[in-house]
Amino acid sequence: MSRSALVLILVLSAGVIGLQAVHERRGGPLAAATENFLYVQSPEAMQRLALSYDALLADLYWIRAVQHFGSTRLSQDPNKQYDLLYPLLDLTTSLDPRFRLAYLLGAIFLSEPPPGGPGRADLAIALLEKGRRADPREWQYPLSIGFVHYWWRQDYQEAAAWFLRAADLPKAPEWLRPLAATTLAQGGSRESSRVLWRQILDTAEVNYLRSEAMRRLDQLDAMDQLDALRAAVNAYRDRFGASPDGWEDLRRAGYLRGNPVDPTGTPYRFADGTVSLDATSPLHPLPTEPVRLR
Amino acid sequence: MYAVRHIALNVFKESVRDRVLYSLVAFAALLIGGSFLIGQLTAGSDMKIIKDLGLAAIATFGLLIAVFIGIGLVWKEVERRSIYGLLSKPVRRHEFIVGKYAGLALTLLVNVAMMTAAFYLVLAFMDTQFPENVRAIWPAPAVDPGMLRAIALIVVELLLVTALALFFSTFSSPFLSAGLTVGLWVIGHFNADLRNFEAVVDSRTAASFARALYYVLPNFAAFDIKTQVVHALPVPASYLITTTAYGLVYVALLLTGAVVIFGRRDFK
Repeated sequence: MSRSALVLILVLSAGVIGLQAVHERRGGPLAAATENFLYVQSPEAMQRLALSYDALLADLYWIRAVQHFGSTRLSQDPNKQYDLLYPLLDLTTSLDPRFRLAYLLGAIFLSEPPPGGPGRADLAIALLEKGRRADPREWQYPLSIGFVHYWWRQDYQEAAAWFLRAADLPKAPEWLRPLAATTLAQGGSRESSRVLWRQILDTAEVNYLRSEAMRRLDQLDAMDQLDALRAAVNAYRDRFGASPDGWEDLRRAGYLRGNPVDPTGTPYRFADGTVSLDATSPLHPLPTEPVRLR
Repeated sequence: MYAVRHIALNVFKESVRDRVLYSLVAFAALLIGGSFLIGQLTAGSDMKIIKDLGLAAIATFGLLIAVFIGIGLVWKEVERRSIYGLLSKPVRRHEFIVGKYAGLALTLLVNVAMMTAAFYLVLAFMDTQFPENVRAIWPAPAVDPGMLRAIALIVVELLLVTALALFFSTFSSPFLSAGLTVGLWVIGHFNADLRNFEAVVDSRTAASFARALYYVLPNFAAFDIKTQVVHALPVPASYLITTTAYGLVYVALLLTGAVVIFGRRDFK
């Protein structure tokens, strides 16, 4: 290669890199180009277009679904839209009907309430039902449907029925029947919720699910701790006839040994005589207390 | 037989000279790069995705080699006029065709064997990256010999694609041969639609024509059992035997056709 050609290549390379930097500094692609778009939404059409690459395309759509969920969840947009999540999961599971994790994790993504997710428990159940049709012997699908009914719909009768259906399937773990019984007897109690999340934690296949189960268990602990703190505030009020001004008053009165922190180490808030979880805590917001059997 | 072996070895050496085996480097880079990226991009399923990626890459690299070398096998000799010298030697025309085919088949076999070895090495490495409890719930172990069934059918599929490319190259230009081969490969994945055509059209004639095409056109969809092996689903031995037999008989048919056409060509 001649010296002048080498110089030309270097100059042109510098030009390309420089222009790309200018482009990036000006905000990257135009807004319309970055809008989320799914060119083929029909699973039937995509199955045909995939030729023999259906499993690989399923993986690509799965990666896209995870990225779509994660980036939307982490975005600063106040009006988070998860419009593509179900179509992406539908395409993934149509291209590879045995993609177990796409059903199980996809259902968790779909049922997460706003702003952390689309809050579509109905679509989560539809996705899991699709998984059941593909593999009727897999016990995790009915368990997950029962879980959606339990946690997001607070329909404990329906949840217990699904747990029992899961228990009837081959290779189902032994704890499913006791779980169904507990759900029926005391569904919605923190203790039964704790049993459910602990089982999910013990059997979680991916880190996301494991950390989600740990977060939920911490939330349940935080709810117990908040109850205890509120009881202490009430006891102080009964004893002294006025609300405490802060944790210091409670500590001096012997109700606390130090400043209380939630399971993540974030201090609890105490303002105007009310105890609450701090908004900056990773556990915020706490789940709605179950109402039907409380 | 000597002539066939000689021509086959020459085709193999020529493909090595043409740096066809460089595709292995691309394959290894794709697989190793993919393994590192996938862990960052997705939540779980890394092993499934690596297996899907590896099997799809073996099939794709093989397909590209089969088509783009297959279409030039005969054409190049005619274009360079080296065919005159060749046919003036004690080489019969059918030996020339079979030798060319065997050479490319050998190239593909070596290529697929090396890609398979690299694939299993990456899987063995990936296997060490996961804790025991995660490995326990995989439907199949990372280094699963069961995947060789899918690779075996990929090889049969590639042999069929090579035969198609060679068949077309005996009477048409490389561009047209590539179009026809890839076209038939694509159509061969829609065989199920041809079989069920009567469900979407009222015309009995059209349905019968589609049914006839279903039997005549190569059924490439039958060779795809990648999803089954990755999910450790059962693949009956009878299915493997029938599909392999189907592929090999089709190859024999195409080679016979290629020999007939090539035998009738006038090179004066």
